[in-house]
Amino acid sequence: MIKYKISLFGITRDIVGGTHTSIEFAQQANVESLLAKLRKDFPRLNDIRSLLVAVNAEYAEGNFPINEHDEIALIPPVSGG
Amino acid sequence: MLLPEEKRRYQKHLLLPQIGEEGQTKLKNARVLVVGAGGLGCPVLLYLSAAGVGKIGVIDADVVDMTNLQRQVLYRVEDIGKSKAVIAVSRLKKLNDSIDYEVINHRFKHENAETILQNYDIVVDCTDNFPTRYAINDFCVKLQKPFVYGAIHQFEGQVSVFNFKNSEGILGPTYRCLFPEEPADGEIPNCAEIGVLGILPGTLGMYQANEVVKMITGIGTVLSGQLLMVDLLENTSQKIRFKRKSNAETLIFPEKKIEKTESESFNIMKTISVKELSELIDNQKDIFLLDVRNLGEYETCRLANAVLIPMNSIPTSVKHIPKDKKVIVHCHHGMRSASVIQYLEQNHGFDNLYNLTGGIDAWAREIDLEMVRY
Repeated sequence: MIKYKISLFGITRDIVGGTHTSIEFAQQANVESLLAKLRKDFPRLNDIRSLLVAVNAEYAEGNFPINEHDEIALIPPVSGG
Repeated sequence: MLLPEEKRRYQKHLLLPQIGEEGQTKLKNARVLVVGAGGLGCPVLLYLSAAGVGKIGVIDADVVDMTNLQRQVLYRVEDIGKSKAVIAVSRLKKLNDSIDYEVINHRFKHENAETILQNYDIVVDCTDNFPTRYAINDFCVKLQKPFVYGAIHQFEGQVSVFNFKNSEGILGPTYRCLFPEEPADGEIPNCAEIGVLGILPGTLGMYQANEVVKMITGIGTVLSGQLLMVDLLENTSQKIRFKRKSNAETLIFPEKKIEKTESESFNIMKTISVKELSELIDNQKDIFLLDVRNLGEYETCRLANAVLIPMNSIPTSVKHIPKDKKVIVHCHHGMRSASVIQYLEQNHGFDNLYNLTGGIDAWAREIDLEMVRY
């Protein structure tokens, strides 16, 4: 199993509960499969259409592969001003 | 050229070799539009005025409210009920009356955007809502103007500079390169609903003002292609790098495309209006009312006989949801219930689920006028 640790920001902290979460995959995940699993585990994430994933402080999407010790961040849009 | 009085006023800038008289003259000739004179707008306006930006536009259609005073530091108790844009400019003039201020006491919207923007070189996004943020992005991309973005959430903030042309003439990424689609109403809560630390917009607004001064004077590294995220609870900050999408220009003004997608997906999902639900209940039909909000919301107000299974608990509580009768799934406004229905239909084969249009809030507005709204 590969365990991915994810930093959470904005409303995703409330949805998931906490500032970090971790999920396990049987094989290497990519950004798309990671997001799909998160949305399945936490259905309220489906409410957020544009959810940004950063891997090692860089915007990442689609089939971008994620390695076990990569820094992963889940960043939603923020509206307040 | 600077007048003797200006040389004295901006003496500390002139002492900085990076700014000097040349930089200060650039500030004097700059035209900056600040959209929103609230939590972020107040520090931005104060510091840009102090810094001597020659022309500053202030857009805000709101009036000062008591709840603004916790963070919107330009306003006082005596201003409650008065126009923010008007009061802001009257205060700022006392700080620096050499600045040419434009008071725009209207909302920034599609009808007036281009007329307003043509008089400015840099836009500062200090708004508190997504429709205006996306309108700022789309018009700035269309008119090729850079804008400094700031947004806040409880104790966290985001800052970036979008659509910025660097010294090589290359355009940086836009807001839609980060978040392509505008969130729907109710998708992301705002400060009014979930609160915000008053100091947060002060801190983030200061970052925005700083980027404006750097862009005008051409010093330092502008926060283009980078999203700065600041967390005041933990005193952490980090930067995410991102690139301009090759289709950044074609992403703007997608309203028609979005409407089409929404109507397509809503056609698949069955819905019920609060009026129809009220008739079902009056006729004592055998239905199951599934409330997917959280416990606190359920305790605030609920439909009689509604069963609470908060959205996050749905995957582990599927067996409690009947398949042999109409199930009316509802939440506050209808977003969470829609994703629960989508999840249950796709993963557990339900075909008896109805989304309550407008959620319990519509029920409180149209059917049970005594119900507590939140």
